Formats: sequence, structure tokens, C-alpha cells
Amino acid sequence: MTGSFTIAPVIDVAQARKDAHPGPREVVFDIQDLTVNYGRLTAISGVDLQIYRNVITAIIGPSGCGKSTFIRCLNRMNDLVPGTRIEGQILYQGADLYASGVDPVEVRRRIGMVFQKANPFPKSIYDNVGWGPRVLGMRNDLDERVEKALRSAALWDEVKDRLKKNALSLSGGQQQRLCIARAIAVEPEVLLLDEPASALDPIATSAIEELMHELKRDYTLVIVTHNMQQAARVADLTAFFSLEVDEDRRSGVLVEYDSTNKIFTNPSDKRTEDYVTGRFG
Amino acid sequence: MSRDRRRRLVNRAMEVLATLAALVAVAVLAIVVISVARRGAGAVSWDFFTKPQALFGQPGGGIANALVGTALLVLLATAMALPVGVLTAIYLTEFAPCRLAVPIQVVIDVLAGLPTIVIGIFVYALLVIGHTQSGYAGAFALAVIMLPLIARATQEVLLLVPSTLREASLALGVRRWRTVLGVILPSSLGGILTGTVLAVARAAGETAPLLFTSSIFANSVQTDVTKALPNIPVLIFTYSEQPDPALHQQAWAAALVLMAFVLLASLAAKALLARSRKKLAP
Repeated sequence: MTGSFTIAPVIDVAQARKDAHPGPREVVFDIQDLTVNYGRLTAISGVDLQIYRNVITAIIGPSGCGKSTFIRCLNRMNDLVPGTRIEGQILYQGADLYASGVDPVEVRRRIGMVFQKANPFPKSIYDNVGWGPRVLGMRNDLDERVEKALRSAALWDEVKDRLKKNALSLSGGQQQRLCIARAIAVEPEVLLLDEPASALDPIATSAIEELMHELKRDYTLVIVTHNMQQAARVADLTAFFSLEVDEDRRSGVLVEYDSTNKIFTNPSDKRTEDYVTGRFG
Repeated sequence: MSRDRRRRLVNRAMEVLATLAALVAVAVLAIVVISVARRGAGAVSWDFFTKPQALFGQPGGGIANALVGTALLVLLATAMALPVGVLTAIYLTEFAPCRLAVPIQVVIDVLAGLPTIVIGIFVYALLVIGHTQSGYAGAFALAVIMLPLIARATQEVLLLVPSTLREASLALGVRRWRTVLGVILPSSLGGILTGTVLAVARAAGETAPLLFTSSIFANSVQTDVTKALPNIPVLIFTYSEQPDPALHQQAWAAALVLMAFVLLASLAAKALLARSRKKLAP
């Protein structure tokens, strides 16, 4: 996918960012020995990872290495896929997300998600953002809430005069920002983004990336991307997943997890280096 | 003859055959419409729609009582079949685990294929024996016919709703049931309406179940559903058995009215479906 000509800009951007957040960090997700099986297939195995508050964590890696599977475990979206089996532990603020008493709906309520393909409801722009809060009982000051979410998603100025228009009339990039507004309107604590810009043109992509920097102040962000430059541009920490083939069994594993700068300039693992320098993937 | 030439000829022949078959299908409908219109159009007048059936042996009269009765029967049947059919479809597409969905699906398909005379005699045994014929018994029989049609149609539009919309709603922390009510049903309302309109069109013309349940009725407009309700299909059937040629003509005219209703309903259904498709993907 990525030719060697892209190496230089990746490293430049990563160096420019350096370590933006020194100091102690509060752990939001503590993932211990996570293994996910779909039926008899293993998607990821033995992942240990910690995700920190108000930090953007990027998950990168080649196709099929379990990036999406991993991020979908964090808000229990994988529960919706029949035959999913999860081993290991995911602690969210110290509590086991998969403990028997935990309501997955409540988990998703607190951990929002934005998907690869923009998926606005076939409703008005206003209702796309306002429906979630209304259904979840956050009815007071709905107008302000909608405006705030749209402003946070850097979409307000573009849509404020046509809030009653169908959301499907927006452009692809606007639709994706609307989906981000929809997700933050219900005030989650974490925002998971599963390749949010992969279907967008460069201008819309940079709008989303800028937005992520803004959102970092209030949210913990986890972004899956197969675009390395994007990870280098937006993320503070980067986790590199790869596909391990072991006697006919293929599964995704976490190869290296470090500051974005380190991953892109001086990775510890040979596989990471091969990937970020464009030798495979 | 070269092989290539032969293939071309076979191809041409099959094309002609298929076109002819399609023309035959259209011709059948055309012949039915034309012959019914030719025989019945003479009896269609303002009075035909506004006057109830004439008393025995008297000239004139219309089908007003049968129109009102059929409307009531179909309305009642829709009220019974629509909620059950839609909920069944929702259960099958949104909630049922696979091992339950498959057998229920089979049952619904069997129900859709059940001969209407069987439904008629079943409802007769259930609601008419020991009581009397009644509008609600007739409506119930029609509802049994409509139920699988509505369930099937609803299921098909629910499956058209992209799964990404379900995900979007569930990822907000919204419960599945609210997702169905707030996102899935609104996106598929047009399709459900289409299915209902088609089911109504079908039920309005069903005769067999009504022969058992709502066929001995008064000549006047009747709105009491605990009594047999006059209705178009049975009126056509009884008039066609009478010796009076004037009644024959009225039977044809009533058939024309029924047919016009079904054609209009089908057209309306098509328009509705096109509109709802546009709503999901403009």
C-alpha cells in the first residue's frame, strides 16, 4: 500500500510532534491478555495495552491484523456479532467491562464510537444529533446541546441555516463530522474512531484530524487507521498490530506500543520498522 | 449450417418466445379488464355507488351497502393483521436467534400459501358455529390472509435498512427496542405501508372466507360488526347466480369497481415504495 517515497514525510511529522504530554497519565483502559475468537478463527491474541486519559492513541497495522476487532471490544460492539468469544480482561477505569453484571448498552453509552463509513440516520441534521440525547433522557436544553455538539465537531457554521434538512444531503466529510457530533452529543467519556477518514478526500480528512486535536481536551480518543501519516499527524501514542502466522493459525498480535515519535523514528521491533518504512503492509 | 449461426438462431428464437410469453401475460389482463368493463360499465352510475341493493324483485339499486361493508371488513382486518404482522417481522429480523427465525419463517410462508377456503372453514368452525355470521368473523378470516403478506413485506424492507444504521444507534448506548422504534421503523415506514396496501387489495377481493362468515346480509347499509356485513365479493357471487340479467350486469359492474380498486392500490403501493427507497438513499 505505502511506497518507500512516503518515509520522509512520516518521520518529519512525527518528529515535529515530539512528546506533547509529559507527566503522569491516568489509565482509562487497562487491557490484559486479550484474545478474541470469531467461531474457530482467532482475530487477536494476547494483547496487553493501556490507554490513557486525554491522549490520542492510534492503532495501526496491515489489513486483517485485528485493529477493528480490538477497538470494537472496547465498547462491546463485538457482542452484536454472533459467535464472538473474548478471553482476558478489559478494565475500564478499574472495572471489568465484561463482568457478568455489566450492561453493554450502558458501556456503549459511555464509550462512543464513530465508524469507517459515515452512517447518519435518514433524519434531519438536527435530529441526527438530538435523537440520542432525547432517547437517553437528556431532554433539557436540547437546542443548546445540539449546537454545542455541532460546534465541537466543527460543523455548526456549515449547517446552522439548514438544521431541518436531511442529513444525507451533506457531503461525505460533513456526514462524518455529523457522526462525530452525534457521538459526542450524548457526552461519552471516550470516543473510539474506526478508520474515520478512510473514505474521505484529503481536505475532509484534515478537517477530521484537526477536530481530533480539539476533542482531545475533553475526551480520550482511540483511532484505528491504516494510514500511517494520519497516525503520525494525530496520535500521541501508537500501537502497531501485526498478523502472526503460526502453523496455519493466523491471529493479530500487538507488536509494539510506544510514543508515536518513537514508533515512527526509532522502533524497537524489526517488524514495526519494516511496516513504517513501507517494506510491507 | 455453421455452429455460430445456429447459436444465433437459437438465441433469436428464445428471445421471441420470451417476448411472446410476456405479451400473453399482458394480454390476459387486458382481456379480463376489457370484458369486465364492456359488460359492467353500463350499470355504473352515481346511483350505483350511493344506493343500497334493491329489494328482491325490484329494479335499480346499487352496491352502497356492500361498499361500506367491504371497507369496514378490510379496515377491521387491517387493524388486526397490521400490528401482529409488523411485530412478527420485527421479531424475525431484529431479535430472533437464527434457530428460531428459520422455523417461524417457514410457518409464515405456509400460512401465506394456505388456501383461503381452508381459512374460511377454520374461522367458520371457530367463530360462526354456535354464534351467527358476523363482520368480525369475516374480518378475522381476512386478517389471517393479510398477516403473512404484511409480515413478509415488512421483513423485506427491514432487511433493506443498512446494518450500519443499527450500529450507529446501538453505539450511542440506545437500547435495541428504541433503535427499532426510532431509527429502523421510520426508515422503513413507506415499505410497510406498501405491503399493507397490497395486502388490503388482496383481502378486499377474497370471497371464500366471507362465504362462510359474512354472506347472509341485509340489503341496507350495515355497520354493526356483530352481524354479517354486506360485501362486494359475495354480492358478485350471489348476483351472478340470479336469473335476472340486470343483476348480472350489476355483478359485472361491481367486479369492475373491485378491479379498479386493486389496480389503483397497486399503483399507489408502487409510488409509496419508490418514495421510501428514495428516503434511504437519495
